[in-house]
Amino acid sequence: MLETLNRASQAQAGNSAVSVKNLHIRFGADDSGFTALSDVSVEIPAGSLVTMLGPSGCGKSTLLRTVADLVHITDGSVSVHGQTPRKAREGRDFAFVFQEATLLPWRNVIDNVRLPLLVGKREAGATYADPEELLALVGLKGREKAMPHELSGGQRQRVAIARALVTRPRILLMDEPFGALDEITRDKLNEELLRLWQETGTTILFVTHSIPEAVFLGQHVLMLAAHPGRVKEFMKVDLPYPRSLAMRDTVEFIQVTAHLRKLLGEC
Amino acid sequence: MANALPSQAEGRALTDGSRFRMLDTIAGALLRHLPATLAILGCILLWQLVVWGFSVPTFMAPGPVDVIKAFGENAGVLWTNFWPTLMEAVLGFIFGNVIAVLLAVWFVYSPLAERAFYPIAVIIKSIPIIALAPILVLLVGNGIAPKIIIAGLICFFPTLVNMVQGLKSASPAMLDLMRILSASNSEIFWKVRLPGSLPFLFAALKIAATSSVMGAIVAEWIGSSYGLGALIIEATYNFRSPLLYATVVIAASLAVVLFFAVSYAESKIVRWKPTTDH
Repeated sequence: MLETLNRASQAQAGNSAVSVKNLHIRFGADDSGFTALSDVSVEIPAGSLVTMLGPSGCGKSTLLRTVADLVHITDGSVSVHGQTPRKAREGRDFAFVFQEATLLPWRNVIDNVRLPLLVGKREAGATYADPEELLALVGLKGREKAMPHELSGGQRQRVAIARALVTRPRILLMDEPFGALDEITRDKLNEELLRLWQETGTTILFVTHSIPEAVFLGQHVLMLAAHPGRVKEFMKVDLPYPRSLAMRDTVEFIQVTAHLRKLLGEC
Repeated sequence: MANALPSQAEGRALTDGSRFRMLDTIAGALLRHLPATLAILGCILLWQLVVWGFSVPTFMAPGPVDVIKAFGENAGVLWTNFWPTLMEAVLGFIFGNVIAVLLAVWFVYSPLAERAFYPIAVIIKSIPIIALAPILVLLVGNGIAPKIIIAGLICFFPTLVNMVQGLKSASPAMLDLMRILSASNSEIFWKVRLPGSLPFLFAALKIAATSSVMGAIVAEWIGSSYGLGALIIEATYNFRSPLLYATVVIAASLAVVLFFAVSYAESKIVRWKPTTDH
């Protein structure tokens, strides 16, 4: 009985891309510091697209940054495909997309996409994606030699996504990647991100401020509450893929957003 | 598609030969600088008219014609005194900036060093350069060394301040990205921090290019027997005003040439614009 249970939990662990258990994150000294995350536990299934939603100060970015080994864990554990975040980072298991495109302005588009292949430890035998193919995938074929300042904000973010995919990460961590873009560009990139996700099978963890964006993209929505940051709800979005922008006007979609809006009000 | 038209036009201009394009550029540059050229010529003309109209004695203020004549009469003297000043200014420029850049790199990687030595840099900066010149002559003698040191010191501080700021200008998100890529410190320095600091560095180098000439000339005022600075002092004492003015014009031209040399290097090296993401 115990053995089967173990095997079941192992299978569970093998199936989740990110496994967070009783995570506490505190910043600063003991008395003057503050708690960013308190007792957070969540399993992100491999290959899923999970959006994270919550009020300001709920620690959704902190959770993402902890997975990315950018934040020191105070207590609890985070495992990324069974490894510590540090090991996962060194093994190039995940890539990160920021709100800013963070392109190097003195390198042209294709050289920016190549940047991950030029720095850090490159594991022997690791196979990387072809930068030119990736640019075609994000719709920037023919702009390889363009400089970042010649691109629009949306195009720069496409380059950032191509750069993230060049190491063939198993997990894509995205921290409000479209937050600084206008709504039309954002809609278009949302649709393309869904297409990318379905084509590559990458696990995506996506932080956003926007309820419609969270519902439109997410297979699951992870809602966090603030002060201190904790899990409010981890819900499955029962809307079929492929999703189109028109789906946002359906009753089912609006019911989900209304539910989330109510939850957000309680946070 | 929107790019198709201009690039086609460019292609045609290339096939027509670059001669027309060069003529075009020259004509364009002349036209662009026409107001400035006319204004300068106007000032020189006014100067000559005032000197003639009020019969100003030549030793007090020579007219442009006298100065141009002085160029011809003193070509040899001007030429032999031009070279030492150029050498001092250029060597001072190189040493002052190299030391400033190395120190800035050290400061950025060692906050302790920055806290310890930044105040000393400020103290050195606050000593008037003209007061420092005699001290340096006593210390290192009356050769070329004190001139190079003073030209270097004058370049040093703006470059140090700008370079520290430039090396720190990398955005936190960019540094996070490099950490996620497991980049080493030297990779972050060569791929992110140093290229990002270049616009800041060149802003300082342009200031340094003109002030290094000033430093060299000021240093030559203290008991030197050669250089444009020494020539300025000598011409003043002997009331050879046309020669004095000619020397000043040479010194100013030297500063301008160095400034444009740095600007040219900048336009070749920094061929990008910073992007604002918001």
